[in-house]
Amino acid sequence: MSQETTAHHDDHDHHPTGIARWLFTTNHKEIGTLYLVFSLIMFLIGGAMALVIRAELFAPGLQLVNPEFFNQMTTMHALVMIFGAVMPAFVGLANWMVPLMIGAPDMALPRMNNWSFWILPFAFTLLLATLFMPSGAPASGWTLYPPLSLQGGNSLAFVILAIHLMGISSIMGAINIIATILNMRAPGMTLLRMPLFIWTWLITAFLLIAVMPVLAGAVTMLLTDRFFGTSFFDAAGGGDPVLYHHIFWFFGHPEVYIMILPAFGIVSEIIPTFSRKRLFGYTSMVYATASIAFLSFIVWAHHMFTVGMPLGAMLFFMYATMLIAVPTGVKIFNWISTMWRGSMTFETPMLFALGFLVLFTIGGFSGLMLAIVPADFQYHDSYFVVAHFHYVLVTGSVFAIMAGVYYWLPKWTGYMYDEKLGKIHFWWSTIWVNVLFFPQHYLGLAGMPRRIPDYAVQFTEFNMISSIGGFMFGFGQLLFVYIIWKCARGGEKATAQVWEGARGLEWTVPSPAPLHTFDTPPVVDDSVAVHKDNLS
Amino acid sequence: MAQGTYYVPHSAKWPIVGSIGLFLLAIGAANWLNGGPTGPWFFAAGGGIIILMLFGWFGDVIRESEGGMYNSAVDTSFRQGMIWFIFSEVMFFAAFFGALFYARMFAVPWLGGEGTGAMTNELLWPDYEATWPTHGPGELGGDFQTIPGFGLPLLNTLILLTSGITITLAHWALKRAQRGLLIFWMIATILLGVIFLFIQGYEYVHAYRDLGLTLGSGIYGSTFFMLTGFHGLHVTLGAIMLIVITIRCAYGHFSKENHFGFEAVAWYWHFVDVVWLALFLFVYVI
Repeated sequence: MSQETTAHHDDHDHHPTGIARWLFTTNHKEIGTLYLVFSLIMFLIGGAMALVIRAELFAPGLQLVNPEFFNQMTTMHALVMIFGAVMPAFVGLANWMVPLMIGAPDMALPRMNNWSFWILPFAFTLLLATLFMPSGAPASGWTLYPPLSLQGGNSLAFVILAIHLMGISSIMGAINIIATILNMRAPGMTLLRMPLFIWTWLITAFLLIAVMPVLAGAVTMLLTDRFFGTSFFDAAGGGDPVLYHHIFWFFGHPEVYIMILPAFGIVSEIIPTFSRKRLFGYTSMVYATASIAFLSFIVWAHHMFTVGMPLGAMLFFMYATMLIAVPTGVKIFNWISTMWRGSMTFETPMLFALGFLVLFTIGGFSGLMLAIVPADFQYHDSYFVVAHFHYVLVTGSVFAIMAGVYYWLPKWTGYMYDEKLGKIHFWWSTIWVNVLFFPQHYLGLAGMPRRIPDYAVQFTEFNMISSIGGFMFGFGQLLFVYIIWKCARGGEKATAQVWEGARGLEWTVPSPAPLHTFDTPPVVDDSVAVHKDNLS
Repeated sequence: MAQGTYYVPHSAKWPIVGSIGLFLLAIGAANWLNGGPTGPWFFAAGGGIIILMLFGWFGDVIRESEGGMYNSAVDTSFRQGMIWFIFSEVMFFAAFFGALFYARMFAVPWLGGEGTGAMTNELLWPDYEATWPTHGPGELGGDFQTIPGFGLPLLNTLILLTSGITITLAHWALKRAQRGLLIFWMIATILLGVIFLFIQGYEYVHAYRDLGLTLGSGIYGSTFFMLTGFHGLHVTLGAIMLIVITIRCAYGHFSKENHFGFEAVAWYWHFVDVVWLALFLFVYVI
């Protein structure tokens, strides 16, 4: 333990308290907490918007809101959930856990870490403020397709600048995570000893840096088309609205994996712990993650099969998309093999991880259906698509985030959460989320279009069921908030290891993790490495 | 791996200042675009705060660096940060190059009736023939002429390439601890950058005034001005960064072994150089 390798902190003189502590913090744990709390608030705001949508769709006809406001809700719900809830939640988990899992004293660039977070509240103030403007919030769908988005009110400029801010935040966060993982690992923490959560985040961060600037480019072109007379998306000037689709989805498809790869990482941590086995096929998991990331760059046009592309392009994007099922299948089977003959217990994190495994797979299969060009002509822009991406995003990403929160909460707070309430939360959420989204498959197959406040009467029953599921699932999440609040206040003291089968550096520090950990880097060998099989 | 202590600052007041600056800048820009009277004021206030933040933040970092608080691991983090930042910039330009390629390869030929565009052409613009450059079947922005590649743009290419050499000579001088030579080559690099910007400015005035080529000249004008405009913006930023580094050199900052700030700016300068080469080829020549 040489003195040279200790990290240096200036905070022995003073650590700010109150609001200043949070505004000026450079500590990865505090910033992680900020991200997670922000994400939870956005999850509730975005959820409230979803409930407005489900309330309006409870019955045919227009009851509660006018169509314009309905469209604002669908647009804002998506933007808030994607950029405000899911992405910051994963970044928050990365902030908390990456340094703990690789044995680093903090993130590589602590000041920039603070900035990455503190841009977000301002960006979302800008975005949400459009709701209170005379011309309302953007109502063209979160994809902001031209020409519709260009015909909206004053909100376009605000939403584009808000997206720029979110992009700056994401890129800085991603740079920080990559630099931390590549540069700050403890001695002996070789790349192939890294926990899978670290691997998935490393690859996710690369995706973020590669595609967030592309989104910035796309929305900048929208801005100049609207305000400076360019014709990127105007056929009269030689441009093409479809060009926007291409640029947007070149961002959009990797973005989808940005929101699922860290979820894969979380599940890959949890399933071995509660199966009391090492992860099956660690190396193949790493390669599968990298393959998915590579493929994500060459499949974007499957979001736009009906836009009128040459046949050859459609065939290419169809086959490339289907290819993603291979590495994803590798992952699913590895998780199942990890559990095989394991000594399994079913605490809340494991329940959510298993819920993820089953329900994400359903979302994956409906994704395969959508990948088939002739079938997609039928499904496109229908509720089938809505069902698909909510299965992968809610029961995929959000379930994995919840699994991760339950898994690491004792490490953060030092107390065990209420296991009984956690289990109730899981079963409540799992039942109602299926009531909410499963009927939407049938609605879509029967031809109900998405982003429409009114519908034909034959869709009534499934919509009613879906809306009931939506309200039950939505209000059930208040239980999640209560469980977290209760756990932060006290309860049964957590041990350092917390879970019997848990392995890895984060379980070697006390619970709650002290503000500064691994000032002296630990030395890592195969006995500490989480996933490394001793035989290999 | 890490030698010495990894410096973790205890608290940072500049990021929140930067966030407030960005917030005001964004509100101001959006208001301004929508014709709001307060827009420019908010925009200016936000910009001012960001400049203040940059001075404060970089000032802190420079003081810590010169104070010897950074070890080699911190240096590596900075390097990786800069490399990935430049990669993100590459991807930003890629979006605009993508738009250019898509327009030339697909959008314009289709409007002219090729491939899947046969009916679009037949029904909407039967007289339109696909050519490049074009301002589209609607002939937006009126008639225009383009700037020939093998005139001023070629000169600009040579200027930027030369500046890539001069900054390397400056780097060599720094590594040999020849302070005077270092500053000489830095100033040469800055001058070349400024000359480049002047020529670009002249070209823009010429395009608007004499050639009828504007941002509104259909897809050609859009891609031409957005690509060269964003590049020019990056050259401007690069030149400002070079000036700051030169001032630091004059103050005796940087050592033979330890000069990441210099290298970061050199990388950035090479990056704008490479982007220009792509621009010269795809925007001016082909």
